[in-house]
Amino acid sequence: MNIVVAMKQIPDLQQIRIRNRKPVLDGVPAALGIIDKNALEAAVLIKESQGGKVIVLSAGNEEVEETVKEALAAGADEAFLVLDDELDGADGSVKALVLAEAIRKIEDVGLILFGEGSGDNYSGQVGSRVAELLGLPQVGYARSIEINDSSAVIVRSLEDGDEIIEVSLPVIVNVLGDINEPRIPSVTQILKAGKKLKEVLELEDLAIDLTGLPEINMVSNLAPETDRKQVKVSSVDELLQALKTEGVI
Amino acid sequence: MAGVLVYSTKQGLALELISAARKIDETVWAVSINDDNLAQALAAAGARVFKISNPDLTVADTGAVAAAIKQVLDKVNTDVVLLSSDRRGKELAGRLAQVIGAGCLTDVTAINVEGSKIECQRNALGGATIATQYIEGPKVIAIRPRAYEAAGAGNGSVEELAVEIKGAAIKVIDFKPKAADTVNIEAAEILVAVGQGLSDEAKLTDIQDLAARLGGEVACSKPLATDKKWLSEERIIGLSGKKCKPQLALLLGISGQVQFTVGIRDARVIAAINTDENAAINYMADYIMQADLHDVIKELNEKL
Ligand SMILES: Cc1cc2nc3c(=O)[nH]c(=O)nc-3n(C[C@H](O)[C@H](O)[C@H](O)COP(=O)(O)OP(=O)(O)OC[C@H]3O[C@@H](n4cnc5c(N)ncnc54)[C@H](O)[C@@H]3O)c2cc1C
Ligand SMILES: Nc1ncnc2c1ncn2[C@@H]1O[C@H](COP(=O)(O)O)[C@@H](O)[C@H]1O
Repeated sequence: MNIVVAMKQIPDLQQIRIRNRKPVLDGVPAALGIIDKNALEAAVLIKESQGGKVIVLSAGNEEVEETVKEALAAGADEAFLVLDDELDGADGSVKALVLAEAIRKIEDVGLILFGEGSGDNYSGQVGSRVAELLGLPQVGYARSIEINDSSAVIVRSLEDGDEIIEVSLPVIVNVLGDINEPRIPSVTQILKAGKKLKEVLELEDLAIDLTGLPEINMVSNLAPETDRKQVKVSSVDELLQALKTEGVI
Repeated sequence: MAGVLVYSTKQGLALELISAARKIDETVWAVSINDDNLAQALAAAGARVFKISNPDLTVADTGAVAAAIKQVLDKVNTDVVLLSSDRRGKELAGRLAQVIGAGCLTDVTAINVEGSKIECQRNALGGATIATQYIEGPKVIAIRPRAYEAAGAGNGSVEELAVEIKGAAIKVIDFKPKAADTVNIEAAEILVAVGQGLSDEAKLTDIQDLAARLGGEVACSKPLATDKKWLSEERIIGLSGKKCKPQLALLLGISGQVQFTVGIRDARVIAAINTDENAAINYMADYIMQADLHDVIKELNEKL
């Protein structure tokens, strides 16, 4: 059984600066989504006990070919990439079609893992859309996954409790950020990553029709105005005095 | 467009959706699945409820729920669906959007109707910015809990609807309720929030002590609840936690990453205590103290 992990390339959020309330993305390095790394770790742990291959799947611009090396170093066996500038910032409805079609081309898939939300958009919709496109059951907000032959027992963590679910494979699972602690690859693993198999397709290699999809339009995307005093205080007494003057204590 | 359809498994959130829906259209349709009380409550708030009773349909099976809601939509002929952006609602949102060919926005904090557009606000880039977006075509919009007040009394109705469902793909074998933490940090006037700067769990009592002295609540950054499990997830401030607007936020040992600050930037006064003089949180603070939080708490507890 092979495990597919969908991972999204995002801008490194810590490095985005704000100028005139607008985000400046030029020169910000690309990274893989943080929770997507938890999905990868979950896949690698299952593979280590059950065998099979872990295939990382990503749709994005040409840079993904470089960015994905991190996932290959951290335990993925192969990468399946769909690269096209058009996919940069594409809506969930577009990416879901691309990812679903790519998954159809991969053999013997038992488990398809997604992050609970992508690092930049955090909308949590792509995995659900892919599940519908492939007609598969889905379990979101997973905090543990146990595979038994042809079924899985998954703990779905909700606001008010944990739901223990049994589902037959193949299944789509969206994992929580606290499902595990992703490993940090060693230098040798990083060096070996470049040699692992990468299957790279372009959009036109996929038999999908991207016309007539719903459109999401952006009216504005601005940082909120922040106007903080940023006064340094050097003692607890000074702090207490300041908070009293503010009338908050 | 004939009205708006709302759905949530939680009564409180479904009532909030009715309020949000009324900003778009007077006619509000609602769905209840195997939940008579919910159907009655929504009708009492003025919604026209489709009550689905079907033992083969479990709300844990997102695909089946999406298929059922599609059958409701076929009857009411609207293409606007509002869901709650709790975990169940968010998981359903993408699936339902795919079933009905809709665009989908989740975690929406406010909607504004501008002519024929429903403009939605949501956090983008991990919370660094607020995006205002609208969907062209059918829409599934998931709205953050407590973004709207619950709808008051109205004159609705309940109609039973039979839906066809394929055999359940998912079996719920157990449900383990979480120990209830009924704290509502969103309503607190004063928050004492701790992050990973806190050295060990035992020190939490000092934090609780301080919060009690100030008449406030204890809150935290995400890792303290999800990784360390020292506090309940109800107390998380931020993108995947709560958005708070207290009079005073005392932030102890929190670095100030954007997914956290998005939840506290509406506070009136922010004081940050951190050993790192360059911590990002300092740019978000009114009062900055470079110090070991453990010393500061001890002294505050002595002096307050
Ligand atoms: C999709 C997504 C959603 C997320 N949602 C949230 C969310 O809702 N809320 C949230 O909080 N995070 C969220 N995160 C995580 C977020 O990115 C950060 O990892 C998290 O906020 C960091 O928590 P922290 O500041 O407590 O820890 P750290 O970043 O580890 O910071 C600890 C701080 O404590 C200081 N410190 C250390 N020792 C002391 C001491 N003795 N005295 C004083 N200061 C000390 C350090 O200088 C440091 O600044 C999310 C992440 C993702 C990817
Ligand atoms: N372009 C992409 N390529 C691969 N996986 C993606 C892509 N976009 C989103 N995903 C996956 O879908 C999950 C949810 O994304 P989102 O709906 O944007 O929050 C992410 O955590 C990834 O696992």
